[in-house]
Amino acid sequence: MDKPTMTEVTSFTLNGDIAQVEPLPGERLSYALRERLDRKDVKIGCNAGDCGACTVLVDGAPVCACLMPVQQAVGRHVETLAGLVKTDRDAQALMQSFQHHQAAQCGICTPGMMVSAVALLRATPQPDAAQVQDALGGVLCRCTGYRKIIDAVVDAHAAATLTVASSDLGQAARRLDGLAKVDGSETFGDDVAPAGALVARAVRSPHPSATFTFDDLEAWRVSHPGLHYVLTASDVPGLNAFGVIPGFIDQPVFAVDHVRFRGEAVACIVGEAETVNPLDLATFPINWTPQTALSDTTEATGPDAPQLFEDRKRNIMCGGFVQCGDVDAALDAADATVEAQYTTSFVEHGYIEPEAGFAEVVGGRIHVHACTQAPGMDREALAAILDRPMADIRIVPTAVGGGFGSKIDLSLQPFIAIAALKTGRPVRMTYSRVETMQSTTKRHPAQITIKVGAKADGALSGLRFDGDFNTGAYASWGPTVANRVPVHASGPYYIPDYRARSRAVHTHCPPAGAFRGFGVPQSAIAQETAFDLLAEKLGLDPLDFRLKNALADGVPTVCGQVFDQGVGIAPCLEALRPAWEDAKAECAQFNAQNDTVKRGVGIAGAWYGCGNTSLPNPSTILAGVRADGTVVLHQGAMDIGQGSNTVIPQIFAKALGLSVEGIEILGGDTDITPDAGKTSASRQTFVSGNAALKTGEALRAEILRQVNAGPTAQITAQGGRVTVTDAGHVQQLDLSRLPADDDGYVLRAEESYDPPVKPLDENGQGVPYAQFGYAAHLVVVEVDIALGLCRPLRFVAAHDVGRAINPLLVEGQVQGGIAQGLGMALMEEYIPGRTENLHDYLMPTIGDVPPIETLILEVADAHGPYGAKGLGEHVLIPTAPAILNAIYHATGARVTQTPATPTRLRAALKEAGHA
Amino acid sequence: MSYLTATTLDQALSALAAGPVSIIAGGTDWFPTHGDRPVTGDLLDITRLPELRGVSQTAKGWRIGAATTWTDIIRADLPAAFDGLKLAARDVGSIQIQNAGTIAGNLCNASPAADGVPPLLTLEATVELRSANGTRVLPLSQFLQGVRQTERAQNELLSAVHIPTPPVNSHSSFVKLGARKYLVISICMVAVLAEVNDDTLTDIRIAIGAASPVAQRLTTLEDHLRGCALGDVQNRMTADLIQSLTPITDVRASADYRLAASATLIRRAVTLALKGVI
Repeated sequence: MDKPTMTEVTSFTLNGDIAQVEPLPGERLSYALRERLDRKDVKIGCNAGDCGACTVLVDGAPVCACLMPVQQAVGRHVETLAGLVKTDRDAQALMQSFQHHQAAQCGICTPGMMVSAVALLRATPQPDAAQVQDALGGVLCRCTGYRKIIDAVVDAHAAATLTVASSDLGQAARRLDGLAKVDGSETFGDDVAPAGALVARAVRSPHPSATFTFDDLEAWRVSHPGLHYVLTASDVPGLNAFGVIPGFIDQPVFAVDHVRFRGEAVACIVGEAETVNPLDLATFPINWTPQTALSDTTEATGPDAPQLFEDRKRNIMCGGFVQCGDVDAALDAADATVEAQYTTSFVEHGYIEPEAGFAEVVGGRIHVHACTQAPGMDREALAAILDRPMADIRIVPTAVGGGFGSKIDLSLQPFIAIAALKTGRPVRMTYSRVETMQSTTKRHPAQITIKVGAKADGALSGLRFDGDFNTGAYASWGPTVANRVPVHASGPYYIPDYRARSRAVHTHCPPAGAFRGFGVPQSAIAQETAFDLLAEKLGLDPLDFRLKNALADGVPTVCGQVFDQGVGIAPCLEALRPAWEDAKAECAQFNAQNDTVKRGVGIAGAWYGCGNTSLPNPSTILAGVRADGTVVLHQGAMDIGQGSNTVIPQIFAKALGLSVEGIEILGGDTDITPDAGKTSASRQTFVSGNAALKTGEALRAEILRQVNAGPTAQITAQGGRVTVTDAGHVQQLDLSRLPADDDGYVLRAEESYDPPVKPLDENGQGVPYAQFGYAAHLVVVEVDIALGLCRPLRFVAAHDVGRAINPLLVEGQVQGGIAQGLGMALMEEYIPGRTENLHDYLMPTIGDVPPIETLILEVADAHGPYGAKGLGEHVLIPTAPAILNAIYHATGARVTQTPATPTRLRAALKEAGHA
Repeated sequence: MSYLTATTLDQALSALAAGPVSIIAGGTDWFPTHGDRPVTGDLLDITRLPELRGVSQTAKGWRIGAATTWTDIIRADLPAAFDGLKLAARDVGSIQIQNAGTIAGNLCNASPAADGVPPLLTLEATVELRSANGTRVLPLSQFLQGVRQTERAQNELLSAVHIPTPPVNSHSSFVKLGARKYLVISICMVAVLAEVNDDTLTDIRIAIGAASPVAQRLTTLEDHLRGCALGDVQNRMTADLIQSLTPITDVRASADYRLAASATLIRRAVTLALKGVI
């Protein structure tokens, strides 16, 4: 072949300027843009055209940069988000509109969305929702539920008329960190490594269970010039194990002798980028001997099942238990009972940003820059693995391109930290899509048996629940799932006689861990769909039945906890009543005229305890005032897209009595910001919010004390001056006379908050949470009878958030949660070894999420900051059961295994008598 | 390891004659199949050959150049017989994929779920294979041999798809079944091309994909429907007429489901094709 382009210069126009690179043959345009031209606004989510995050315009047409050889760009015009926003009017309008609607949450898909939208707006300046869906259908978003994105694109033509909301508490303020998400400047885990950093790649097991031996690793290494280390278990300086719960630190950094799941790391290669990136790991010298693999809880608890851990008999890692009253007697005495079994699947978190980051040694200390939900926990775990004091470890969180629970656990941090210590050079690592799907945690599959009974008048008289949760190969957050489920499996209802058991069971599957709801979305499927069957038996309306049994102030939960305030489930259910009555009538009318498709409406309630279950989980927030009058907030509550970078400052500013504008906000860098705990358990608004409130109050008190002003005085900070106005008396606080501390603060406050909880006794009785949040969802679905397809047509979601600190962020959480609940209900099923990519593993696209109406209710909670309750997980718990109830209402078909794929739904329809 | 962007067809054919080389066009299947492994072989880029791109009318019908993208096809001015092909084009992945992915790539990739194949079967497409030794033309049904298997020899380039002039009063449709709206691999899909004269179905071609290793025409059913009055079409479509299908069970659907859904999709695709005629 003539003219090989091995080292040929490839040139094209990039954002209006000539760009030249010397790529490898067939190099992806996305790689060349990011690594050779530093265009980090082009995001890579899958390298397979499945997520669209890398969308760029080539001669005006949107394409996936990961699917185009850079050589094809020769002589053409390539435009990326960062270039477009500088010159393109449509892109600039989208910037405004995206911020106004909060169409960007984590921001990782935003470049792909906006670039696709620019192409649409150039052809269709005022598109409707359907046109937006067609144009943006190739970009996946896991945070927003897409509806805000649709709104933002539809409204882009009117961007100039959009008014900026006040940032005061209670207002629909734009995200304080929103600009970087829409102009391409946000830096995620893969965007921060210094040029020339070494690259690490993990060597992982292709088998779910196997023993292994290495051949000559050193010989293999030296045969690849530029490969500096092959790290294995023997290179771990300290503890070759990590985990998240004391007593369950069981997952090796590198497996020793045998692996327990497909995708488990056995080694990590470290070297120069040009050596490591193209290296074919199939040549790695390792010998595998596959062993019997357990894939579900039934197999794993069988008498002959191999044991994953010697001290966890029958592979049962742990269990949870809550009991009150006498459930067996109550069910015997019930006038009607329903007994049912349910099966749910592994669900992948599906964040578009694969795990990524880099580590370096600075002044003898190790710095880790990576995406994470829990910098404090990362530091603690690394200290043990590296055998170094915590003070020697600095975690610098990057922006997080979605987490949903999985990025609480360690992933690549030990590899890059050990590699940086070994080499003394910066080492970067980025998981591939397959790697993140194989190796990081999942939602637990559940096998649930439930029996529930009620009296003829509809009063619940007993609920018995048994759930086995497939916790995979290692503990991760499995114990938390086991603990949380029995506490929540009653739903937000008064059930005097109750027994719930759960077990977390090991299998040779990926570790199941934290995923929005910690097992409660699974238990809610069983409980909320069984309730509909029971209501039907009793001849009661499903909404009336729930209201009759709804918890209220002064009524004990199944843990014997009595709230004398703040119980908001009844208001949530009541809020759905108008939509419920309308939908029932509308469906009846529709069904009278249609046979091919049938419509139904379903509802489901939910509750969720905010914060850790009966365990301390404090947050600390620090603030200071510099001599120049700048107020600085150290905000360590990781924003993974949910909005803590906006909510926590809004609370702090309210408590301090200042406007948010002008407050400087520092992130979760462990060297400068105290630990605000993990972003998990719907705790940040509640727990860190309280810490921010206390810090704001303390700083305010300190300022007022300085000038002897009363508690109602007004504070303003402008132009380097703090002014206090008290009953018409204006005083300037002369900051320059105050000594500055080591951080440069002349005034400072640092406060912590830990929710008041009490341990649960052997029957699960106690005070598991200081507050619960409440929710109820309604959905109308259309079912294609012959094809078994379910299409949700609209949602109405009622959420009691105590106090909406930022209503737009509330809507964003609700819509995003519903999209995930919809996916769990209808399409998402992670099967190890089979759906390890984003074309076989299906998540909802922009065409799959219907309009969502959010009804925000504010039943203030005495423990919440300004009455606020947590929200992040509540949003998806009622979604799946509401959909299944709607399918039942539409067709009489009972789906007891999720997701309700066309195959399963069609089988259920057949069983229900639909030929 | 090299990357050749061919600027003439002869250059491309001599590169193919010289030895094993991977042809790359839209890259939408090539990169995902290749995954994260390093590129080791030689690549031949055929997207800069003007004669390989675009839709044109010929004496005998229509010619679609190999590197014509799905977006090109959607935008082409074509008779109603091509409506099914256009609907299929809109269902290929996403706009990003449609802007890059090519018709020949879809055929050469030979996925049982290739959305382009059923409508092209109803259009009785042939493929033009060129090599340094000459040119041969094969019916599409013969070109596709199995899952990821085609008749293309290592030294051949699929240079164009030819479509004989469709019957004048043709109507066509395409129906795709997938578990989500966009970016979805078909569980099953059906294309129909119907010729209607004087309220009679004078000809009908029905093709189904993802229900057998290679998409196929349902000739038994077609024979049964051909010549029937439009009012009788639905009644004549009985389940026993689609028994040639051998769907598989995979992550997207079970074989039983696919078989049952196929019958429904065929009915709907026929109805859609005849919409506005009946």
